[in-house]
Amino acid sequence: MSKQGQAPARKPAPKSAASATAKRPAIRLRPTGPIVPASNVSGRALMLVIAIMAFLACITLGAVMMVRATAESWQSQISREITIQIKPAEGLDMDKALSDARNIALSFPGTRDATVVDREATARLLEPWLGPGLDLDELPVPRLVVVTIDERAPPDFAALRARLAQVIPQAMLDDHRTWVDRLVAMAHTTALIGTGVLVLVFSAMVLTVVFATRGTLSGNRHIVEVLHFVGAEASFVASEFQKHFLKISLKGSGAGGLLAALCFLLAGWWQSRSLATPQSDQATALFGTFTIGYTGYLGIVATMIVIALLTTLTARYTVMRTIYEIDLIRSDPTRTDAVPE
Amino acid sequence: MIHFENVGLRYGMGPEILRDLTFDIPQKSFQFLTGPSGAGKTTLLRLLFLSLQPTRGLIRMFDRNIATIPREELPLLRRRVGIVFQDFRLLDHLTTYENVALPLRVRGKDETSYRADVLELLRWVGLGERVNVLPPVLSGGEKQRAAIARALIDRPEVLLADEPTGNVDPPMARRLLNLFMELNRLGTAVVIATHDLTLMDQVEARRMILSHGQLEIYE
Repeated sequence: MSKQGQAPARKPAPKSAASATAKRPAIRLRPTGPIVPASNVSGRALMLVIAIMAFLACITLGAVMMVRATAESWQSQISREITIQIKPAEGLDMDKALSDARNIALSFPGTRDATVVDREATARLLEPWLGPGLDLDELPVPRLVVVTIDERAPPDFAALRARLAQVIPQAMLDDHRTWVDRLVAMAHTTALIGTGVLVLVFSAMVLTVVFATRGTLSGNRHIVEVLHFVGAEASFVASEFQKHFLKISLKGSGAGGLLAALCFLLAGWWQSRSLATPQSDQATALFGTFTIGYTGYLGIVATMIVIALLTTLTARYTVMRTIYEIDLIRSDPTRTDAVPE
Repeated sequence: MIHFENVGLRYGMGPEILRDLTFDIPQKSFQFLTGPSGAGKTTLLRLLFLSLQPTRGLIRMFDRNIATIPREELPLLRRRVGIVFQDFRLLDHLTTYENVALPLRVRGKDETSYRADVLELLRWVGLGERVNVLPPVLSGGEKQRAAIARALIDRPEVLLADEPTGNVDPPMARRLLNLFMELNRLGTAVVIATHDLTLMDQVEARRMILSHGQLEIYE
């Protein structure tokens, strides 16, 4: 029997709606409420969980990016310079030796600049140990030439070392290799630990968001069932829940992400305000600057989007599975756990 | 319209709850489904509502063998069947109006297109003054009528009602029965599962009596 061929039963009442409404005062209806209730305790709890996880994930992301940047800057700063040290010796004209060493260094391709650390600067370097008013002539203090090199095409250190030894036997070339190697190792370890922490926090975030979403949905199972039994298609039910959970997750991850961004902004502002104070210097030495740059903020936005997508997809998957289970129960009478009485 | 042939159903390895059911629900027919508690009335309604599949036998609904219908087509078939659950199954966060309009809403219809019809039907079942009320505030009888209105709103070809007068006083039961009969007069087949002998005595109608899993039909 086709529905079209059936006698119209739309108007069960004898009078038409139009004539009825003409006699009665118009009924005021509230704006149609959402099929999935806008907010309840479990929805708010989910929003809070998402906000906290988004905040932690964004803070970790920013911190790891900061640590990586700092580690890279240590490495590049120290590998950009080499030092020629000239020990004083009987009959050595120190100024000439320094000038020669500088010229030799500059004659090699790959060096960019060479500066002799002058007497005042050397005295300042030694001041913490030997006190102010040091007369360099009284002590056999080694002198330095700081050479800036091109990191990408460094000079031939062995040849430079041999040439220096030939011209100035008292000269020693320190290419900082030991330091660079150790710092590179440390920077790599730090970045690796950071990445590990990031992976852990993101995994925890994914699991927490997935389980919290499923937990919240289980409280709404009766809505899925009613919609299913009044003839809603699975895609309709899923889209209703998706919309609802997208809203919750956008609010939660937005709040968490913005709070994290605000923390970085505030820390950066504090650092710039307290520039050159001991506290700020210590913090800068340890963590670098508290700025995460536009890539950091993009990362925070990306994290927020990932969380929103994750929640929405989990909601869709869970609703589809619930409907699938209801249908499965239908074809398997041994399971009566979710069949309406 | 609905045809059962040698239908049997058992839960797991237990005894058959329903045995060798063979009957038809013709178009525009009116029948009571009755029998002692535990006889399998609700299970039979579940079979009629496509929320269970039989363990044996054949069920044809609207000229289709339900064993071969793909899952995604079930909602479309369910839309042709209205059901009043024993526990109403109204959504507590929606008003009476919104609950009754739900079947139309899930079909993607625009609210302006059904508003007048829903209000009219609500007046007809005596809930004209309760349109903006949430179900927790409604009395048992009012919930019952809201559930009936929800089942009727999209003009189902067959209406299944599980104990529809279980929560109301005799005058209201009589009124609800009139409502079902009026609906039947307008072309909908009606199956009412009930224990209520007084209700059944009020109408000359076909009686399907389930007892010990088997069905006897008195025309």
